[in-house]
Amino acid sequence: MRKLIAAALALCLAASMAACSGGSGETTAADSSAASSAAETTAAETTAAETTAAEETTQAAAADVMTYEEYMAAAVDDPVTIQAYVQAKQSYYAEQGTATVYLQDQDGGYFAYDMACTAEDYEKLTEGTCIQVTGYKAEWSGEIEIMDGSFTFVEGEEPFVAEPVDLTEYLGTEELEDYQNQKVSFTGLTVEASTDANGNEAAFLYNYDGSGTQGDDVYFNVSYNGQTFSFLVESYLCDSSTEVYQAVEALEVGQTIDCEGFLYWYEGANPHITSLTVAE
Amino acid sequence: MKCMRTLGAMLLAAGLLLAGCHGQQEQAAFSVPEAFDTSRNYEITFWAKNDTNLRQTDIYRQAIADFQELYPNITVTLRLYTDYGDIYNDVITNISTGTTPNVCITYPDHIATYMTGENVVVPLDELLSDERYGLGGSEVLFDSPTQEEIVPQFLEECRLGGHYYAVPYMRSTEACYVNQDLVEALGFTLPDVLTWDFIWEVSEAAVATRGEDGVYAVNGQEVLISFIYKSTDNMMIQMLRQLDAGYSTATGEIQLFNGTTEDLLLGIAGHVENGAFSTFKISGYPANFLNAGQCIFAVDSTAGATWMGTDAPLVDIAEEDIVEFETAVRMVPQFDPENPQMISQGPSVCIFNKEDPQEVLASWLFTQYLLTDSVQMAYSQTEGYVPVTTQAQENPAYQDYLSRAGEDTDTYYGVKIEAAKLLLDHLEDTFITPVFNGSASLRDAAGQLIEDVTKSVRRKQTVDEAYIEQLYTDTQALYHLDTVSSTGGKADLGPLPGTAVALLAALAAAWVLILGYVLLARRRRRKKK
Repeated sequence: MRKLIAAALALCLAASMAACSGGSGETTAADSSAASSAAETTAAETTAAETTAAEETTQAAAADVMTYEEYMAAAVDDPVTIQAYVQAKQSYYAEQGTATVYLQDQDGGYFAYDMACTAEDYEKLTEGTCIQVTGYKAEWSGEIEIMDGSFTFVEGEEPFVAEPVDLTEYLGTEELEDYQNQKVSFTGLTVEASTDANGNEAAFLYNYDGSGTQGDDVYFNVSYNGQTFSFLVESYLCDSSTEVYQAVEALEVGQTIDCEGFLYWYEGANPHITSLTVAE
Repeated sequence: MKCMRTLGAMLLAAGLLLAGCHGQQEQAAFSVPEAFDTSRNYEITFWAKNDTNLRQTDIYRQAIADFQELYPNITVTLRLYTDYGDIYNDVITNISTGTTPNVCITYPDHIATYMTGENVVVPLDELLSDERYGLGGSEVLFDSPTQEEIVPQFLEECRLGGHYYAVPYMRSTEACYVNQDLVEALGFTLPDVLTWDFIWEVSEAAVATRGEDGVYAVNGQEVLISFIYKSTDNMMIQMLRQLDAGYSTATGEIQLFNGTTEDLLLGIAGHVENGAFSTFKISGYPANFLNAGQCIFAVDSTAGATWMGTDAPLVDIAEEDIVEFETAVRMVPQFDPENPQMISQGPSVCIFNKEDPQEVLASWLFTQYLLTDSVQMAYSQTEGYVPVTTQAQENPAYQDYLSRAGEDTDTYYGVKIEAAKLLLDHLEDTFITPVFNGSASLRDAAGQLIEDVTKSVRRKQTVDEAYIEQLYTDTQALYHLDTVSSTGGKADLGPLPGTAVALLAALAAAWVLILGYVLLARRRRRKKK
């Protein structure tokens, strides 16, 4: 009898657990902050799912995979479909269910901004993974990107991790823009002083004007051939726990450095640095 | 006995599980202590938002240093943010772990969500009026403003459900920054009050100057966005308000998806089609286009005024791309210029509840310090902000600051001071939207309607009545606006779902079995006796 009662109670417990775990959508929004979080998660899932559904039309309209050349020739706002390999993940927004990633194939680089993506799929977007992205070509402050995209994994493709292209000689030239979003490197640069909004000089600044704190984007100036350029470590791409972030925090004016990163564009070249070496 | 222990453990586990389901542990409501205990030390955290502006962060730090000199037993730790959304997300995360900051810059919309937890945000009614520690209180060690000296409508914006849950910190509105030279080059005269008709007419005239070579004659460039809007949620909200059309009721009934909204969206679509309109999310910062001579009308916050104009102290584009032009500052376009209406926005400060009321009182004293003249005047001068107290607004030093517009391109940058004056001159013409649990989502949805229509037109999709109907459905579902009800956000969710019924039935069954077991055991014991 005791065993029977224990079994019945265990069944009740299981039912309780099931009810609790499955009940997020049934909690009133005003019940607790936990309820709010649950609702947001649902919203995120819906966002991703609905965006994916919305993009089915786009996929039909742009079913053919474009070459890098065709992609670059497309007009802003045109539907585009490309196949490329994940080079780095910049961020994941759980609330809206989107991911921002750098992609590259053998011909050029792509930046997929706020692409519909589940948390599960985001984990699978490892370096070198081939995906097919369908979305719209966009230009935001000079940055060429794929907006409102969705993606599928391309099975059977060998992973591809791009070698950085040395663009040191292109710094300050118009040719630099041709390498937008690619994995790039710069060598033999000299660290120059950065000046904050109060006129104080430092080897690096948190935020472009020094208004930030550790954890924010970290900016530093470098010179080459008499010209000075602004580089940064983007905190979503490489946060303050990364080697590159800490390497920048240890920089000294006058040092010679080599850098690698992605050639992001914001009203001009805005390299997002992912590794940095101080020359011996 | 072993069986009973198992049973007990199972019941305890079920109890804990149910308690966990109930949500976070509730805190006791705050009540003002009789006296502030200065024999103890307090460490409070202040999460502050700045506009990526070093001067603002310096002012926060100076305010903390000055306050700590007055109250050496209170240590304030500053955590800086540059985005309200990040603060909101972090607060939500920290509510569930009981690690909220003490003092936090916020929007009232966000407080409505924070308040879904019991006693999470401290109601300030008692603190505001406390004779000893309230505003202008006898025991406060600095010259704090009285409650009457806070601009009434700004304070009212912090009132939710009949109680004050925040105090205003800074106020701004939106302004239209105009390239006056381009307006006049097109043969128009810039009026004192812009109307929507005027904006669209000039914008269309500008894009019509595009030659076969792709160059716009009006600015001599291949790029021209006649009219660009930074915050499309504000755009929709202000248009609806000016037309006295529905957005939401004070109690949270959603009215956004109406015929007037549809007419507005179809109108905007027409201008997008001609290339006369775009948004920040789609194209970039309005200031960058304005300063490059690629835009005629740029609507952005008055708190972004230092980025606007040929001589703007803050710029993001290359010096060689900046063009010379006369920057005019106007209120946002109006449908009825005789009765202008503009949004009131800007940061407020809320206090999170803690177990120790003395710690909350220390937080309140610091919050109050942020309302002193020195902090108010200094911070407001970093951008086109307006101090929230009449005490600071009427301070001779602040009046002197306003009178010196245009003396330099730094502290007295003309566009910035004109933007601040715009709000000061129109305090009676400002409004806010109702705050309820879900109002932040509604605001997002209002902006998303414009963003989606703009993107669709640019992508050569048909935008007509059927499109709008589908957009309404999709947007309501996306932002869960169909579950926000008129009872302050608490939705009527209908009959109990199956899982809840199963839970209740299971609990009832458990109790029946327990009672049955106890009765059976008693009967057996009696029989043995």
